[in-house]
Amino acid sequence: MAKVTFDENRCKGCELCTTVCPAKIVVMDKDRINIKGYHPATVKEMDKCTGCASCARMCPDVVIKVEK
Amino acid sequence: MAKELWKGNEAVAEAAIKAGCRFFFGYPITPQNEIPEYMAMKMPQIDGCFLQAESEVAAINMVYGAAGAGARVMTSSSSPGISLKQEGITYIAGAELPCVIVNMVRGGPGLGSIQPAQSDYFQACKGGGHGDYRLIVLAPASVQEAVDLVQEAFDIADQYRNPVMILGDGMMGQMMEPVEFKEVKKRSLPEKTWATVGTKGKRKPNVVNSLYIDAADCHNHNVDLFKKYAEIEKNEVRVDTYNVENAEIVFVAYGTTARIVKNAINSLAKEGIKAGLIRPVTLWPYPYKAIEEAAEKASVKAFMSVEMSMGQMVEDVKLGANGKKPVYFYGKAGGAFPTPKGIAEEAKKILGGAK
Amino acid sequence: MAVVFEKTRGLAEKPFHYCPGCTHGIIHRLVAESLDELNLIDDAIGVAPVGCAVFAYDYFNCDMQEAAHGRAPATATGIKRVHPKSAVFTYQGDGDLASIGAAEIVHAAMRGEKITTIFVNNAIYGMTGGQMAPTTLVGQKATTAPYGRDENHAGMPLRISEMLATIPKAVFVERVSVHDVKHIIQAKKAIKKAFQTQMEGKGFSLVEVVSTCPTNWGKTPIEALKWLQENMIPYYPLGNFRNTEEVK
Repeated sequence: MAKVTFDENRCKGCELCTTVCPAKIVVMDKDRINIKGYHPATVKEMDKCTGCASCARMCPDVVIKVEK
Repeated sequence: MAKELWKGNEAVAEAAIKAGCRFFFGYPITPQNEIPEYMAMKMPQIDGCFLQAESEVAAINMVYGAAGAGARVMTSSSSPGISLKQEGITYIAGAELPCVIVNMVRGGPGLGSIQPAQSDYFQACKGGGHGDYRLIVLAPASVQEAVDLVQEAFDIADQYRNPVMILGDGMMGQMMEPVEFKEVKKRSLPEKTWATVGTKGKRKPNVVNSLYIDAADCHNHNVDLFKKYAEIEKNEVRVDTYNVENAEIVFVAYGTTARIVKNAINSLAKEGIKAGLIRPVTLWPYPYKAIEEAAEKASVKAFMSVEMSMGQMVEDVKLGANGKKPVYFYGKAGGAFPTPKGIAEEAKKILGGAK
Repeated sequence: MAVVFEKTRGLAEKPFHYCPGCTHGIIHRLVAESLDELNLIDDAIGVAPVGCAVFAYDYFNCDMQEAAHGRAPATATGIKRVHPKSAVFTYQGDGDLASIGAAEIVHAAMRGEKITTIFVNNAIYGMTGGQMAPTTLVGQKATTAPYGRDENHAGMPLRISEMLATIPKAVFVERVSVHDVKHIIQAKKAIKKAFQTQMEGKGFSLVEVVSTCPTNWGKTPIEALKWLQENMIPYYPLGNFRNTEEVK
């Protein structure tokens, strides 16, 4: 059981986090835009998260916090 | 303390050490080499740091770093080297860091000559680097005065968080004169709470910086700087006068040239011609008021700015005289210097014309 | 639940101004994490460059100075000589370090200044809008090399790590990349090692980080990382060029 949280308004929609998730659960939320005007990254199937923190390590904007 | 015979450059270096300067970053250039040489010998003996930089550009940026880190720091050079340092000087002025810069001026432009000159007046007093800023410029006329002013310069720099330049020349640097190292009256100085010394986890980070990317912020920074400069203009103007009372002609000269002018004044006196001298000790802030007051005297017929240049300070003399009396110029450039005879003859020509 | 990953206290709260996908953010984080984990952050004094990282002084949670273009190693020298026990670092781009600041970096290394330089090489001037850098690859287009860098006209790109590794007192020199998680972890290891080398008083340390500039390369962040792997790394091979074990 792991959890990732996004400091969403720091996200610039670069999508780099989506490329490194082994479970491929990090996606861009195309239904919403954040305060900067980007579609923010999000995780929709949190139960599949292993807490590996790859997304957080790849993120250039320190958006992601990972707990396990 | 008894007087000792000191070479100008070495005396300046010793004065800095006596003022608590423990960091010196320099680069060789004639005619100021005895300053870094003296520092190289002395600093290791007193737990200080002398470092020969790879260039004047690097040296002044080391000064920036050390000053920002809270140290008393100095560099020295001569004209072409000061040109190179101008980049760092404007950053230091912009970031409001205290430091002392010694310039033993030599002939220019370009590589010029290695003999004494005063052709760096513009680059010392009128900007030099980019942007609106001021250096406090002190112009000693003797080795003794150089020693006194260098010691005080560190306090002035710390008081206003502003770079101070000692504007000497090759003659000042190379000649030997009797010197007494006196206790300079200490100013009450603010703590350097802004310095980068590590937060120790106890405060927000300090940032030493001259970048204000927002135009309004940068404007306001300039306004603040000019409030400080106004304060300096109010408090720090220094001028020396000689025989100005009843003078028909008033010479204006600074540094070693002022001493040559005194000889001219004395020889003119023998011929019954009354001449006086206004010697700015601070070139910025400039003693405009002393010039203006002399211009208002009925006895004064004319001013003559005497310089080891093609005429740089003469512009400030004109500003001071403000059209009330004519301002003439006499000078030699490139390492040549005016002689008492040449000055006296020029004065007689002017007075003949003015009479 | 235990925290696996969160923002280090080595970073300030202010969000980075960098373009989306710019790897400066990753590198900032690695430097800040390293300083924090080594318990150096409270005494650290950093020097920001001129270029994209000019605002680095807003992002690190330690005292900072902003240097003139290329002069960060000289500024850091002044700081370190005043505070020899503090971790002093410069953070510089390739225009700043390899072009206008080439003299300052070489001589800081020559003196064995006990500072750490983080050298971010993205083969272009980012802040000024994509001009050719000394590190721009042959054939790579830039606004001042609109037909691509011609080696007969503008020379060959400078390999800074290899050059500095020839200097005896440059005791730790390593080139790393941040194009994937594995390399990011390796990059952090190198940055930590560089700071440790400094604190052990051994000499000058530098980590060159091969980085992207999606905006001025005209690529998406994901494409830029791919381009980095295919074009940058072959010319700028990753690896250690000097380490303290060699130093007696």
